[in-house]
Amino acid sequence: MQQTRSVELGTGLFVVLGFAALFFLTTQTTGSETFSGAETYEVQARFQNVGNLKTRAPVSMSGVTIGRVRSVELDPEQLNAIVTFAIDNRYDEIPDDSDASILTAGLLGSQFIGLQAGGSDTFLTDGSEIQFTQSAVVIENLISKYLFSSGGDDSE
Amino acid sequence: MLRELYFILRGFLRTSGAMFLFFLRLLQYSPTVLFKRFPLVVHQIHNAGALSLVIIMICGFFVGAVLGLQGVSNLARFNAEDSVGTLTAFSLLKELGPVITALLFAGRAGTALSSEIGLMKATDQLAAMEMMATNPVRRVLVPRFLGGVISMPLLTAVFNVVGLFGAHVVAVGLLQVDAGAFWQQLQANVGSSDVYEGIIKSVVFGIVASLLAVWEGYNTIPTAEGVGRATTRAVVRTAIAVLILDFMITAVAI
Repeated sequence: MQQTRSVELGTGLFVVLGFAALFFLTTQTTGSETFSGAETYEVQARFQNVGNLKTRAPVSMSGVTIGRVRSVELDPEQLNAIVTFAIDNRYDEIPDDSDASILTAGLLGSQFIGLQAGGSDTFLTDGSEIQFTQSAVVIENLISKYLFSSGGDDSE
Repeated sequence: MLRELYFILRGFLRTSGAMFLFFLRLLQYSPTVLFKRFPLVVHQIHNAGALSLVIIMICGFFVGAVLGLQGVSNLARFNAEDSVGTLTAFSLLKELGPVITALLFAGRAGTALSSEIGLMKATDQLAAMEMMATNPVRRVLVPRFLGGVISMPLLTAVFNVVGLFGAHVVAVGLLQVDAGAFWQQLQANVGSSDVYEGIIKSVVFGIVASLLAVWEGYNTIPTAEGVGRATTRAVVRTAIAVLILDFMITAVAI
């Protein structure tokens, strides 16, 4: 009797552990909303080109992550990209003339939004839109620009 | 020459045919065993799964840790240390988790199954059961097979999670990768299809490893030497089958 009980206990432990691990894998490793439930407010910005920006990419100011990208969508009328991102409520005194640019962490790193503080006395609030934006740098464009300009110099 | 080739081919066909029929017979009895003789299966889950937990967790931790170490030191050349979470997760969930778990399972539980069944056969216990009108396939083989099949996906999941934890410990704890970046990159890139691919693999490997272990045990030449040989053969064949199947499943999934 004692032996069967320990067998059952061990098996139960194993099965529970296994299913807990499965649950963890299916919910925690795949892209789902798992970030801290801190209060946030949403701000929009329009970009000509968002490059490889993905949802949940960090939004940072002076190198500190203050929020996450919620969605990246194409505006069907103006044909540019609308990026919505959520900023932590702790950072509620960001001037509304701040500018947003899409930066890349390292050569092959992921892209994120960097905010550069402006000088306005009014602050960004839920639903406001950032006016000054700078698109992602697309390496192909840089290369073609470089090739084109150097070719032009030669012909002149 | 041709004649020998013919015999080899015929032997191969016969073995695969017999193994397939054996597999069908196991499947045929599986529902009754699962629903009416569940304590037997529980006992085998304990043998195959619960007792393998220690080796699975230790190996998983160090596999994850070494992936984290290699990932960080190599990705650092491209300034992409943040991707180490993605790298580890893909390696573990899709390949290393299911495959290494299957190989460890073959070594830890598969050998135990083959030698146990082989010894039962060598000491005429299986024959004795038949004398008592107990079907040895149903009483001995099917619970062991089911125990292995049920245990493998769970073991793989544990291996993966412990591996991710190991990578986290090394990358975030020792090598100062940002914890947020580690998980953000991981979650942004791993999709549910990647997780399912790993789970499907582990189920297939579970069936193959358990089937081969039970089959080799059941077909042991009933001598001391035969038991040893059957055990070895179960491990070798499982390793080969798992690696070939891994390639095939990956090729289909991509």
